[in-house]
Amino acid sequence: MVWDTAEAQAGAAAPRRQFLRRGMGLGAAAWAGVASAGGAGPVVTPLGERLPNAMKTPGGSDLAYGLPSPHESSVVRTESRAAGFSVWRSPLQHQRGIITPNGLHFATHHNGIPDITPEQHVLMVHGLVQRPLKFDMERLARYPMVSKVHFLECAGNSAANALSLTALDHTLGDLAGEVSCAEWTGVPLSYIFNEVGLKDSAQWVVVEGADGGSHSRSLPLSALAKDGMLALYQNGERLRASQGYPLRLFMPGWEGNVNVKWLHRLEVVDAPAYTKDESGLYTQVLKDGRIERFAFPMEVKSLITHPSGQQTLPEAKGFYEIGGLAWSGRGRITKVEVSVDGGATWASATLQAPVLDRAFTRFTLPWQWQGKKAVLMSRATDEHGNVQPTRSAWKSRYAAHSFNHYNAIQAWQVGRDGRVENTYA
Amino acid sequence: MRERLMALLLALVLGFVLWGQAAHAVDLGQPLDAAQIARFDITVFPDGRNLPKGQGSVSQGAALYQAQCAGCHGPKGIEGPAARLVGSDGFFGWTDPLRVLRIKNYPLLVQSVGARWPYATTLFDYVRRAMPYHAPKSLGDDEVYAITAQLLHMNGLVSATAVMDKDSLPRVEMPARDKTFSAWPQKP
Repeated sequence: MVWDTAEAQAGAAAPRRQFLRRGMGLGAAAWAGVASAGGAGPVVTPLGERLPNAMKTPGGSDLAYGLPSPHESSVVRTESRAAGFSVWRSPLQHQRGIITPNGLHFATHHNGIPDITPEQHVLMVHGLVQRPLKFDMERLARYPMVSKVHFLECAGNSAANALSLTALDHTLGDLAGEVSCAEWTGVPLSYIFNEVGLKDSAQWVVVEGADGGSHSRSLPLSALAKDGMLALYQNGERLRASQGYPLRLFMPGWEGNVNVKWLHRLEVVDAPAYTKDESGLYTQVLKDGRIERFAFPMEVKSLITHPSGQQTLPEAKGFYEIGGLAWSGRGRITKVEVSVDGGATWASATLQAPVLDRAFTRFTLPWQWQGKKAVLMSRATDEHGNVQPTRSAWKSRYAAHSFNHYNAIQAWQVGRDGRVENTYA
Repeated sequence: MRERLMALLLALVLGFVLWGQAAHAVDLGQPLDAAQIARFDITVFPDGRNLPKGQGSVSQGAALYQAQCAGCHGPKGIEGPAARLVGSDGFFGWTDPLRVLRIKNYPLLVQSVGARWPYATTLFDYVRRAMPYHAPKSLGDDEVYAITAQLLHMNGLVSATAVMDKDSLPRVEMPARDKTFSAWPQKP
């Protein structure tokens, strides 16, 4: 309740206050009743008289496929079409924990969601291989599978903070919700490469989806053989259609766009194809005008989720727990520091277990707010010593209109009225 | 005797190792024949590999562009709402209040096809596989060559009389190629 956005509070806080008032009133009446009874004569007031409705009515039935409480109906993804295609951002400001529920996982669709019948879906592997092979989904599901918890982040996450000259007043989800974390289960790509037998000249793989746009990316074979997974399950259930049902590529730590959904073809080749996305949208222009391509890992990053943009601290002064999420596409998080004074001083946050490789790590830090203006920031470090840069340091590397792989420190300004707003610091 | 025992033990150990490996060879893939591959094998490479027969001219492409592409990309390829295809227009949201200023300040640092793409072959590959948005893969190869020619002409990269085919397209020089560098292999 405390950290909810204004609109959520308007819907949910009022009934809670009413309940508290009513509860206290009933409690007082019940106490009076007991006192007047004085032990003489029968007590006829039913127990339910002094208890809330939920405790004296039969409960409702459950659902075949469960849903969140109706009181959490404001916790949803938000769609943006500003980029010319569909981006569904995850409401990170409501997430406490490292696993994103499947229905809230972010998604980017360049050509919509195809309707694929799993019985008719086939993975083809060909090109520079000894034996071109195909695998239907039934056969693929009989291979040994591994399960790994990993984040997935769009290359363009936090583009608004990268591009806009002024800090836009949005929720965290709307600013940086193109990242989520899930347990992915599937078949290591190395098994499939072993089975087809790679030729000596094999260096890259063109990975293609079976959607309307036949989305494709060229990826280095060595990395795919080491880390690549043919993912069939997400958080224990088969992939959602929006996440590539029935099959997607998963490359831990790498920009979302290369994790090809609705995967149907692996073409083993000797050099990249320079597909549409590695030619334009998923490249970065540096300050000197050079164009960087094939920058796959998402860099070390953290975000304070509680409190964050457009939330309001309900009471001036007092205890609040600062909480957030950190991750790195290169390994484990080793440290998250938090500042409440705009970066003048920093304190080490507690990392909540488990701290996993290329996964969300939750961090917390207790905070006594003095009721004055404050600027909250978090700065993550990974096991290779990579440290999250300031916004100005990040901007100094890239051209003004570059926005991919933005991992600069996010700052939140807390006003004297408790309102939290995006700021550059 | 002792040596024989050792040899027997070694054979047993090796046998278990080999048995263990065999247990992991799942081998459930089914043969994929040349005809099946050819049906789906659409990737075009920068050196022109896998470009099909056929050809298309700028003038043929101009009419096709207006009919098939202009609705989303604009008559000049810069109006949107879909991605900029031509020249110096960047990838900025249409509701961005500073859009005009950004484009004015950074006229060459842009994300259009003409400014950012390093190889002309990608135009053919992408138009054939994904465009037009409402009916992907509905154009014939001659039409895709013609639209490719028109897009290159709109970017000032080929003349108004140019004809694109599997030999001419890979030879078109794209300005972004010399600015390109690869972040792979990545730092350890």
